[in-house]
This record gives sequence, structure tokens and C-alpha cells, in this order.
Amino acid sequence: MKKLNFNTLIVSLLATLFGLIAGALLMLAIGSNPIEGYGYLLQGGLGIGLKGISRLGDTLAVSTPLILTGLSVAFAFRTGLFNIGAAGQMLFGGFCAVAVGLSFNFPQPIMIVMVVGAGILGGAVWGIIPGLLKAVFNVHEVVSTIMMNWIAYWVVYYAIPTFFKGEFLETESRQIPALSGLRIGALSDLFGGSVINLGLFFAIVSVILIAFILNRTVLGFELKAVGFNRHSAEYAGINVNRNIILSMMIAGGLAGLAGAAQYMGNATSMQIGIMPTQGFDGIAVALIGANTPIGAFLAALFFGILYTGKGFMNANTSIPPEIADTIIATIIYFAATSILIERAINWFKKKGKRGAKNE
Amino acid sequence: MIIRGDILEYVVEMLNITKDFPGIRANDDITLKLQKGEIHALLGENGAGKSTLMSVLFGLYQPDKGSISIKGKRVNISNPNIANDLKIGMVHQHFKLVHNFTVTENIVLGKEPKMGIGGMNLKAASKKIKELSDKYNLNVEPDSQIQDISVGMQQRVEILKMLYRDAEILIFDEPTAVLTPQEIIELIKIMKDLVKEGKSIILITHKLKEIKAAADRCTVLRRGKVIGMVEVKETTEEKMAEMMVGRVVDFVVDKQPQKLGEVILEIEHLNVLNNKKVLGLKDFSISLRAGEILGVAGVEGNGQTELVEAITGMRNITSGSILLKGNDLKHRSIRKRIEAGIAHIPEDRQRRGLVLDYSLENNLVLEVYYRKPYSKHGLLNQKEINDHANKVIKQFDVRAGEGAYSKARSLSGGNQQKAIVGREIDLNPELLIAVQPTRGLDVGSIEYIHKRIVEQRDSGKAVLLVSLELDEILNVSDRIAVINNGELVGIVDANDTDENEVGLMMTGINRRVTV
Repeated sequence: MKKLNFNTLIVSLLATLFGLIAGALLMLAIGSNPIEGYGYLLQGGLGIGLKGISRLGDTLAVSTPLILTGLSVAFAFRTGLFNIGAAGQMLFGGFCAVAVGLSFNFPQPIMIVMVVGAGILGGAVWGIIPGLLKAVFNVHEVVSTIMMNWIAYWVVYYAIPTFFKGEFLETESRQIPALSGLRIGALSDLFGGSVINLGLFFAIVSVILIAFILNRTVLGFELKAVGFNRHSAEYAGINVNRNIILSMMIAGGLAGLAGAAQYMGNATSMQIGIMPTQGFDGIAVALIGANTPIGAFLAALFFGILYTGKGFMNANTSIPPEIADTIIATIIYFAATSILIERAINWFKKKGKRGAKNE
Repeated sequence: MIIRGDILEYVVEMLNITKDFPGIRANDDITLKLQKGEIHALLGENGAGKSTLMSVLFGLYQPDKGSISIKGKRVNISNPNIANDLKIGMVHQHFKLVHNFTVTENIVLGKEPKMGIGGMNLKAASKKIKELSDKYNLNVEPDSQIQDISVGMQQRVEILKMLYRDAEILIFDEPTAVLTPQEIIELIKIMKDLVKEGKSIILITHKLKEIKAAADRCTVLRRGKVIGMVEVKETTEEKMAEMMVGRVVDFVVDKQPQKLGEVILEIEHLNVLNNKKVLGLKDFSISLRAGEILGVAGVEGNGQTELVEAITGMRNITSGSILLKGNDLKHRSIRKRIEAGIAHIPEDRQRRGLVLDYSLENNLVLEVYYRKPYSKHGLLNQKEINDHANKVIKQFDVRAGEGAYSKARSLSGGNQQKAIVGREIDLNPELLIAVQPTRGLDVGSIEYIHKRIVEQRDSGKAVLLVSLELDEILNVSDRIAVINNGELVGIVDANDTDENEVGLMMTGINRRVTV
């Protein structure tokens, strides 16, 4: 196997570090103590020194959909496609999962399989459509996936109040019965009543599976070949269109699974009129994770810590929770301009070598 | 000798230039002196250090040692803008043009003639370009779009770009690699006109014939070092080739007596549309037997691409038939055709032939990765893939820094091409389609690839050789099919024809009656 690309790893770590430094400067600028701020942020995200480990469980739960949307974007990107539609795929997959969860009443193991299956299937359908449009009519996937996002948004907007109206509110579905969702008692108890659920398990399996597909299988070989160079893939006899459709289908399925984890695991009902932010955060997760499955996994965990910890930080200091979002934005900025960091690294390396020669 | 005045005036003096890259010394104590009003050829194989040296002159790299003087003045060219200010211009091998811009817009790009607030005076620019074009007989139409003009014309736009910026020292980087024989002759004429008007030219090339035709003096590089500087008039192509490669070079391809076998490829009344949706190949019929090399000669864009893509399955046919060993290929996919025994060395190695970001080992299984032993039950077998790569690398002498793990992108053009040739011949095909197999390669690699192609023929396989290089067609082929405007002009025996006849046929005139 190839050796790991250390530059990408260093770039991602440096981008994160710069983001944290920028956050610290902002905290200083509003007259707060950054060490204190980050202390509370970490404490809130990881639950260190707090009673029970429910916060750690919540962090993992918050990370779960991010792992999957990040994986979805990263996977599509590796195959030469820019999946901006993770939000819509997640929403529609989540909707299908909720619909199944509210319509059937089987024992929980069967329900879990059905709910997860529905989520993956719904997302896959939402991914296949842009894939087909690209393969057959050469419609760019950025355009079609954004449109699919809004189609999902309005489908949910219409379907939830019409078919699954909640008891008190027009804007959300009925409560999901405990035995239909992805939460299981033992896991929640273990994490002290956290919202952590089986979605995390499916996310980890997905990370391993996608890494395996990309690196070890004939399918991965074809998908990456098409992603790197369509023309040579075609020349070599690879069915380019089939691979584009397949890739969008898998990417959609991953995002759909994120939807199942979010709406059937983290939440207890589905609200309308909300485009899930995890879809777009997935792009950032993939970017910081250098489009590798394991990278996306780690980046999503980091995001989870920031998102869960920011409230705790705000409660204990005067630092506004938006600082966490600023840190993420800064990290994205540095990751997106990673070429500059890479150049700087090369420059330092060169300088180091010259210095060594002169000695 | 050309008389250049009493005192020889050097416009460029690169003295003792040394440039190191990690693990390799690209330029080792190189001295190059360009006289005013001369065409100075820089000859060397791929990787000899020509491009590095020119990049140093153009300010893209800083030399580790050595100095540069322009018109006797010591200069420090730390970036290309300074090179521009010093009136150094470069025509790159791969043109840097915006395809949906007009000629004028491309030329003024970065030096737009401003008018008022945010306005642009394109008319004046257009007029100046027209004048320049007329002065040097370039025949460029300032208002046409780049995507509508030929490659040869695009190159002239690049030349005009330099002239528009008043460049005095012109660097041509492998300018003939993309040109047809006619365009090459015209380009040489243009270069001679340019030096007559007082410009000085550095011509980077490895084509000896063109040096002989165009250059006054020639500096030969090998492995980063200057081997010598010769007056072109006083030397021969063989001598220069020997200096470049470091040994005596065989220009004649050795072939065993022909043993013809069964008919492998039979094309009848083939009609194929081109990208503009008009017939690019018209009523085309040829047949090719085992044990022969059929050369397809023609000027670029006369139906060769359509022919090859129709046979390999990358383009649909309108009517007619293509038979491989008697089997109709019409409804077979590209993959099925490869499996049926067609191998294809594509025209564009970087666009079609290789996945540049894949490792060499992955590229070498690009067509067979899904078969045993390279994979089983959908899982890749890395060890088999690696073993296969090492075998091909060894057999075909592919040189790569990290061996099988090297990214294809990191290989030199010659080694990329050897990898493709190796991969295709390793398929052990019934029919090998070689399109421009030696495009842009150095003498050593050309010799090697020709040898391997002829080996295919000698071992009883069929080879279809499509090339724009007339010498290649004449040297390697057994029979030559000449194509013009999508039609077959005629087929001649390679032993029974010459450059003149084939060249004339390429323009559509056939003096013989084809049977």
C-alpha cells in the first residue's frame, strides 16, 4: 500500500490549530480569557470533570450525522463529483425513516433494520436522480443537487403535516415511539441518559466500509479512476455513466443514513421548514478530513465537541457561543486555502535542508 | 556561416548555471550563449535539463549557482515579469490560451489597452496585431475565436503574444510537437523571418531534422550537462544524435521478412460522424492481416481520430462495418473489444492513456484490474497488481522515481509513453492500434518503441499505426493507407513509395489507380 500523505495530515492539523488560535484572539478581543474559554468548551464537549458521561454521549450523537454527511461528500468527491445535496438527501432519507417509524409497529430490532433501510434508500433515491441527470443529460451535479435540496425541503413541508401531524403542533410530526427509534436503553443508560444511539454504530461501520470500498475493491478502483480522469476511464473500458450514477447513489445513501440517525436517533420528532445544517457542514468535514473516510470521522468528532461544548462555555463565561461557529469558519478557511499552508511547509523544509548543508 | 557583423554580440549569456532538485541535479554547470539574430537550438533528450534551463532564464526557477547576462548586463530574473521587462518571451509547448476568447483578447490578456474608466480599446489592439501578423506573414485573423482555429494558428497566436509585448529574445519550447509537416515548414519560415527582423531565438527540440533546417548553432545537453556546441552547417544529424544520446543511433528499423497471416481487421464502407456532427470518415474501407503493419498517413484532423475511435468503440458509427477476425464489433462495448483482442496506444497519453493521479501500478492494470489474478470476488489483489507492474516496468524499461508506486504524473513523457506501450503490448493483442506512439519523445525512446511495435508484427500480430510523422510511417509500416478529408486516397506499399508521393497523396491527389 501507499504511504500516508503526511502533508495532508499536517495541513489539516495546522488549519485546526490556526482556527483555534483565531478563536483565542477573538476571546481576548472581547476581554475574556481564552484558556478559561477553551477549558469550558472542552469540558462541555467531553464531559471531563463533570458528573457522568452524558455530555460525551451527546457529543458522539451530534457527531454521528456529521460523520455520515462528511463521508457522503468525501466519497463523492473522490469519484469526481461535488455532492452539495447531502442536506436534501439527509432530509429525504430522514423523512423516509420517520415515515416507516411512525407507520409500523414491529419489535425494535426489526424496526431498526427497517428505519435504517428506509433512510439509506430515501437518500440513495435523492442521490440517484442527480447522478442520472449528469450521466444522461450532462447536468452538473452542483445545480441538480441544490435543486433536490429544496424539493426535499418542500416535500417534507407538505408531507409531515398532511400524513404525520403531531398532537399539539402543526409544524412537527408525532412523537416517535421509543421502540421504533435508534435509541436503546442500555446505551442511553451507559452514557447517563444521553441521546446517543445506534446511529453512531452505523456511522462507524460506514466509515470502515467506505474506506474498504475505496482502497481495496474493484468498484473503488473504477470509481476513483472515473473521478480522476473520465476520459482515460472510458478508454480503459470502464462504464463511466454507470459509475457516476452508482457513486451518487452511495453518497446519497450515506447522507440518507445521516437523516435516519438524526431524526430517529438524536431527535424524537421531525420538524418542518428546517434544512439540516449537517448537510453543508458535511462539506467542511470532508474538506478538513482531506476527503478520506477516517479524516471525515475525526473532523466530525471535532465539530461535535465544538457544537456540544459551546453552550457549556457560554453558561460559564461571558463568551458568546457563536465563537465556536467562528472557529469552525476559520478552520474551513484555512483548510480551503491549504495550498498556502502546503507551500509554507515546503518552504520551511527547503530552508531546513539548506541550513543543514551550510553547517 | 551567417555574417552577423564584426563583433559577435551576445543577447543572452547564461554562465555556469547549476540547478538542483531534490535527488537530481537538473542543470550542471551549463553555459549557453545566444548571439543576436541567430536561431540557437537547444538539443537534448527528455530530462536532459532543457526545460529547467529555460525556466531559469524565464524566471520560473532561481539557479543555485551561475549568472545570467542580457545584452551584456548582469541581471537577476527572479520572476517572469522581469523576464518580460527584459523582452524575453516564451512559446510554451502547451499553449496558454483562453478558448472562448478571440485572438485579440488572448493577446492583450494581462496587458489590456485601457480606455476611459474600465473600458478597453480592443480596436487599436486588433489593428496592431493585424500589422504584426502581416509583417511576419502569420496570416492570423485577430477577430476569430481560439476554438475555431487550427493548432498551427494557435501557435502563431502565441508567437504574436510575444511580438505584441515587443519581445526580442524568443524561446520556442518543442514548437513542432503538435504541428503537421506543412505547418512545420511554415513555422521554420516564420522563425527565419523573425531573426531577419533582428529577433533572437532559442529553439528547444529533440528533432534533428528541424535543427538542420532552421538553426544556426546548436548546444547539446545530456543528463544536465553541456556535451558540446556545434555549428549546424558543419555537422550531421547522425553526429548530433550521437552527442544527444551518448551512443550511435539506429535510424533504420530492422524488420524480419514478412509472414502474412489471416485477415484480422476488415473495415467496409465505414461512415463516422465527427464532433461537429458531419461525416468525419466517409465510405472508408481497409483490411489488415496478421503479421503486417498498416500505416495511416494524413494531416491532422482528416479522419484519423474518427477511425480509431470507431474501431475501439469510443465513437458510434453511422453505417458500414468493422470486423475483427470476422466478428462484427458494432454492438460491443469498449471493454468487450479490448477483451476480443484490441489494444490501443492513444493519441493523447495524458488525457486518455493514463490516470495521472493513479500510481504506475494501477495504471498498468487499467484495463485488466477486474480480471483474475488482479482481483477476485470484487477485491483487488495488491500483490498481483504490484508484481505485474514490476514485470512491465522491467520489460519496457520504464524509469520512475518510486517504481511501481510512483504517481503517473511524476513520470517524464517518454516514460509515461513506455508505460502505455508496455501495458498495451502486455495485453498480447490480436490488433495493436498505435496512434502517434512516439509523439514528443526523444530519439532513444522512439527507437525503442518502434522496435517493440515491429516485434508485435514479427510475432504474427496486426498493427495499425496512425501517425502524423511521415518518417515514422515510412520507416515502420509495410503498407501505407493515406487519408484525406475523411476519405481513403489510396494504399501504397512502403517499399515502393517515398516521402514525395505520400506527401502529395496526403493533400488528396493520387497519381496511381488504386486497386
